[in-house]
Amino acid sequence: MQSRQVLTDGAGFRAAMSMPGVLVTFGLVLFALALVVVLAFRINDGALFVGPLSLSNMITIFSDGLYAKVMLRSLWISGLVTLATVITAYPVAWYLAFRAGKRRGLVLFLVTLPFWTSYLLRVFAWKVVLAYNGVLNSAMIALGIWDTPSTAFLNNPTAVVVTLAHAYAPFAILPIFVALQTIPPSLLEAASDLGASRAQSFRRIILPLSMPGVLGGALVVFVPTIGDYVTPAMLGGPSSTMIGNLIQAQFGKANDWPFGAALAVATMLVILIAVALVRQADRRWGSRT
Amino acid sequence: MKPLRILHAYVGAYIVFLYVPVALIPLFSFNDAIQAAFPLKGVTLEWYRTLVATPAIGQALRNSLIIAAAAATITTICATTIAYLDVFPRPVLSRLVSGLARLPILIPGVIVGIALLILVNLAGLGPSRPAIVLGHVLVCLPASVTVIRARFAAIPRSLAEAAADLGASDWIVFRRAILPLAASAIGSAFTLAFLTSFDEFIVAYFLAGTEPTLPLYIWSQLRFPKSLPVVMALGTLILLVSVLLAGLAELLRRRSRV
Repeated sequence: MQSRQVLTDGAGFRAAMSMPGVLVTFGLVLFALALVVVLAFRINDGALFVGPLSLSNMITIFSDGLYAKVMLRSLWISGLVTLATVITAYPVAWYLAFRAGKRRGLVLFLVTLPFWTSYLLRVFAWKVVLAYNGVLNSAMIALGIWDTPSTAFLNNPTAVVVTLAHAYAPFAILPIFVALQTIPPSLLEAASDLGASRAQSFRRIILPLSMPGVLGGALVVFVPTIGDYVTPAMLGGPSSTMIGNLIQAQFGKANDWPFGAALAVATMLVILIAVALVRQADRRWGSRT
Repeated sequence: MKPLRILHAYVGAYIVFLYVPVALIPLFSFNDAIQAAFPLKGVTLEWYRTLVATPAIGQALRNSLIIAAAAATITTICATTIAYLDVFPRPVLSRLVSGLARLPILIPGVIVGIALLILVNLAGLGPSRPAIVLGHVLVCLPASVTVIRARFAAIPRSLAEAAADLGASDWIVFRRAILPLAASAIGSAFTLAFLTSFDEFIVAYFLAGTEPTLPLYIWSQLRFPKSLPVVMALGTLILLVSVLLAGLAELLRRRSRV
C-alpha cells in the first residue's frame, strides 16, 4: 500500500519516472564521456586516473604529421561516402515522397530493412565480392572478360568507400524522405500556376525545403563512418588506415589508453566542428515551413 | 512519362544494389566449395551440419540472446520514461535528459566502446556480458527514444487531461491511458533494440570478456579461410532472424499508427 501511495503521488511518480533516464544519461553517457576527456590528459603510467595530468598526448597528436594525415584521410573517406550516400539516396526519397503511391510502404520497408541487418555481415559480403579469388574475379574469368584475377579491387581506399557507401546507404533515405514529405503540395501547385518549370520548382522549392533532411541524413552517415575501423581493417589494407583503427590499436596491441582517449577527443572535436558547420548551413539554406 | 520510367528503373536498381552483395552470403552457404567463387560447385548442407556441431557457436548464440534481451529491456524502460517525461509534463530536466539520451547518435561506435571500457574498468566490472549490455543500451537509446517519443507526441493531450480531470493520478494516466495507446510503438522499439544489440559488433568488440557474442565469434573466424563457409551458413541464419524481427517491428509500428 505504501509503495503504491508513493507512486500515485505526483512528485513521487515523477521521481520514479525520471530515475532510469537520469541514471542512463548522466551515469552512462555523460560520465563515460567525461572519463575519456580526463584520461586524454593522463600519461600511460599504468594507473588510469591516479597521477598528474599532462598535455603530452595532445602535443603528439598535433605535432606528429601522421595523425593529421590519418585524420584527413578519415575525413576524406567519410566525406566521399557521405556525398555518395546522400546523392544516390535523394532520388529514392523523392520517389517515396511523391511517386510511390500504393507501393510506398513496401519500398520503404525494402530500403530500410538492410539497416537492421548485421553491419559486419554486409562488410564481409563485400570482402567475398572483391577478394583475389572472390566473386567478381571468378565471375569475370568465367565470362571470359579477363583471364587472370585482379588484385586491384581490395586493399585500397576505393574498396573502403564502396563498402561503407553500401553499408550506410539506407541511413540517408529516411531523413530526406521525411523532409520531402512535409512539403505542402500547394506550394508546388502555386509554383506551376505561376509558370515555373519543373526544374525551377525543384531548384527553388523542393531542394531548399528538403535541405534539413539532406543535412540530417549526411550527419547520420558521416558520424559512424569517420570512426569506422572494421571496413578499413577488412578491406582497406595499410593505405586506408583510418582514425578508428588508430584508436582501436591504442586499446589493443599498442596498449596506451590515455593516447587512445586523446585520439578519441580529437575525433569528437572534428565531429563537433562538422556538426557546427552543418548547423550553420542548415540555418542559411535549410528554410523550414 | 519517360522521366518517371527512368526513376522507376533507378529505384529498382538501387534496391538490387542494396541486396546483391548480402544475398551472396546465403548463396555461397549452400555451395559445395571452401572458396566463395563462381562457377558454383553444387549444393551441400555440410556447412550447416558443421555449424550445428560446433559448441562454440551455440554458446555465442546464448550470449548474444541474453545480452540482446537485457539491453532491449533496459533500453525500452529508459526510452519509455524519458520520452514520456519529455512529451507530457516537460520540465526542463526532462528535455535535457531526452537530448542527452539521443546524443550517442553523434558519437562513433569506437568512441562509445572505449568510453565504456574505461568506465567498466574504473567500476571494477571489467569487460564482460554486463559491460556489453551497457554499451548496447547507449547504442540503442537514440532510436528507441525517437520512435517512442513520436508515438507519445501523436497522442492527443486531451486524453491525459480528461483522465486527470476524472480523478486519475499521474501513475494511472500513464499506466491506463498512455501506455496502452503506445504499446505497439514500444513493442516495435523493443524489437529493434533487440535486433541492434544482436547484430552489434563495433562496441561489443571492446567490452567482451571471455564470452563472445555471435558477431564477435564471426570476427574471430574471418581470419581462417577454411571456416568461411561455416561463417556464411551462420550469417545466413542471422540474416534470416534479422529480417523476421525487422518485419515484426514493422508490423507493430504500422499497427501503432491506426
